[in-house]
Amino acid sequence: MTSLAPLSATTVVPEPSATRRERVGRPAARKRTVTAYAFLAPFLILFATFVVWPAVFGIWISVTDWSPYKTEQTFIGLQNYIDLITPGSVFFSDFWQSLGATGIFTVASVPFLLVIPLGVALLLNQKIAGGTVFRAIFFAPFVLGAAVIGVIWKYMLDTQSGMINHLLGLVGLPTDIPWTVDVPWAWVSLVGVTVWWTLGFNAVILLAGLKGINTDLYEAAALDGAGTIRKFWNVTLPGLRPVMLFVSTTTILASANMFGQSYLLTKGGPANQTRTAIMYISDQGLSQDNMAAAAAMSYVLFAFLAIISVINFRLQRDKL
Amino acid sequence: MTTLTVRRVSGPARLRRGALYAVLIIIALTIILPLIWIVITSFKTDSDVISNPYSILPNPFSADAYRTLASGQQPIFRWLANSFVAATFQTVIVLVTASMGAYALARLDFAGKKFIFGLIIGTLLVPPVIFLIPNYLIVQNLGWLDTLWAVSVPGAAGAFGIFFLRQFFVGLPTEIEEAARIDGAGDIRIFLQILLPLAKPALSTLAILTFLGNWNDFLWPIYVLLSPENLTLQPGLSQLQGAYSTHFSIVMAGAVLASVPVLILFSLVQKQIVESVASSGVKG
Repeated sequence: MTSLAPLSATTVVPEPSATRRERVGRPAARKRTVTAYAFLAPFLILFATFVVWPAVFGIWISVTDWSPYKTEQTFIGLQNYIDLITPGSVFFSDFWQSLGATGIFTVASVPFLLVIPLGVALLLNQKIAGGTVFRAIFFAPFVLGAAVIGVIWKYMLDTQSGMINHLLGLVGLPTDIPWTVDVPWAWVSLVGVTVWWTLGFNAVILLAGLKGINTDLYEAAALDGAGTIRKFWNVTLPGLRPVMLFVSTTTILASANMFGQSYLLTKGGPANQTRTAIMYISDQGLSQDNMAAAAAMSYVLFAFLAIISVINFRLQRDKL
Repeated sequence: MTTLTVRRVSGPARLRRGALYAVLIIIALTIILPLIWIVITSFKTDSDVISNPYSILPNPFSADAYRTLASGQQPIFRWLANSFVAATFQTVIVLVTASMGAYALARLDFAGKKFIFGLIIGTLLVPPVIFLIPNYLIVQNLGWLDTLWAVSVPGAAGAFGIFFLRQFFVGLPTEIEEAARIDGAGDIRIFLQILLPLAKPALSTLAILTFLGNWNDFLWPIYVLLSPENLTLQPGLSQLQGAYSTHFSIVMAGAVLASVPVLILFSLVQKQIVESVASSGVKG
């Protein structure tokens, strides 16, 4: 109410004046370029400096032999890109291994990151007491940062003193599983931890999607004699399609950009097998001073992500 | 006889409800128990962690880990303060610049509007890795490496905030504003006294999302912050793990200190956070 006080002051007591008559006569949609840019200026300065310029600058870096130790950079055309696709070049095998690791993680994690949250959303969509409490609990890990998640699970998954191996022992399973130091266990850990961390995020969006499905459709399906499973396939899934397109796109991109989990839980190991593309690019560019090559790699990764997004979009749209 | 019939009808339904709650409670415990476990471990002594790694109660109950953190070479309270300053500063920059810009995009007609809006939407689709190396060089040239400027300003330039507020402003009715304009109110007054008060829910959602995003950012700060006293919590915690890799109680105490502020914030505004996330998919 208090916030509306100045508002009602200006609208309830109109002040007839010359300005008023003047303004009424003018066309409603006149261009107000100077005012608009004055309002936009603070944002545009930041946006130009840290978004638009770096995107262009990054392309320039990727076509030079950029090194922090040289004062002048030489234009070398597409050489950095050609190196990336030339077997035997310095970065070739490591770069493609890291893209492969990103690919493995994405393929292994996305189904779980879609199916488990969908299951949770279906449960939360029932008429239950305490629904918002469950929703808040499931979402809570998402607000913790990668480093917190990393140190918690590094401890939980420790081969010798971790709780997970201890619990497995209590039910008679092996107690020496190398969760973070050997494959395939490292992949299981990375996917599992990611599901634990982010399931609430997708569940909350899918739950909103479920609530948006017209209940008449379920009643109509029930009249046709459809059971729970047929209702799910014929009403729920088609009704969720637009939300699913959004969730699957953001999930694929998030998985393809995975960094913190590998950095903290497995250090990219064993033998760099879980070192993701982002981890390799940031290490080459910012720790090893191979900025030009790393910039080229980031654009190659961008191209892959764009292709995958388009394919995902096409596939889901065509089902309509 | 009657009770028997009733029980027969409601039996399977009751069983289903019981199963439903059982599954929900199991998932909730899977999420809560690891968090409780780190709190318990953080109150154990080093020798207790080593000799009784799975004991449910610390014996003795000890705040040693927190004392070590407070007095040790890893200035965790400094990191906590740095994280708070960086996240708050970025939130303020985003709220000011994005709300002003969004007003222009939503309410004013001007030359180049389509181009600028297109550029903003276009960059929403660009993965952050593209900006990593060039922005590192830009921040270096500005002399911002190893300062909190590096972890608060560049991140405030993203297109999300202005896009989010522009969507909200466009959805607000224009009548009140037109009336005010007829009454002689200028753009500054309309922006400050009409649109901003109406946009309070959107502004607070944006503030929460920005603050959390900055607080939890990991990749960028580990490369642009270097000195121990300049770190924020996320890279600091990662260093703590390196420094005390075998002292689980100390690392867990660090994790507790890093989590408590965000979990308190979350519990206060969880409804708003959850609902803003929920609507992002349905509208998007």
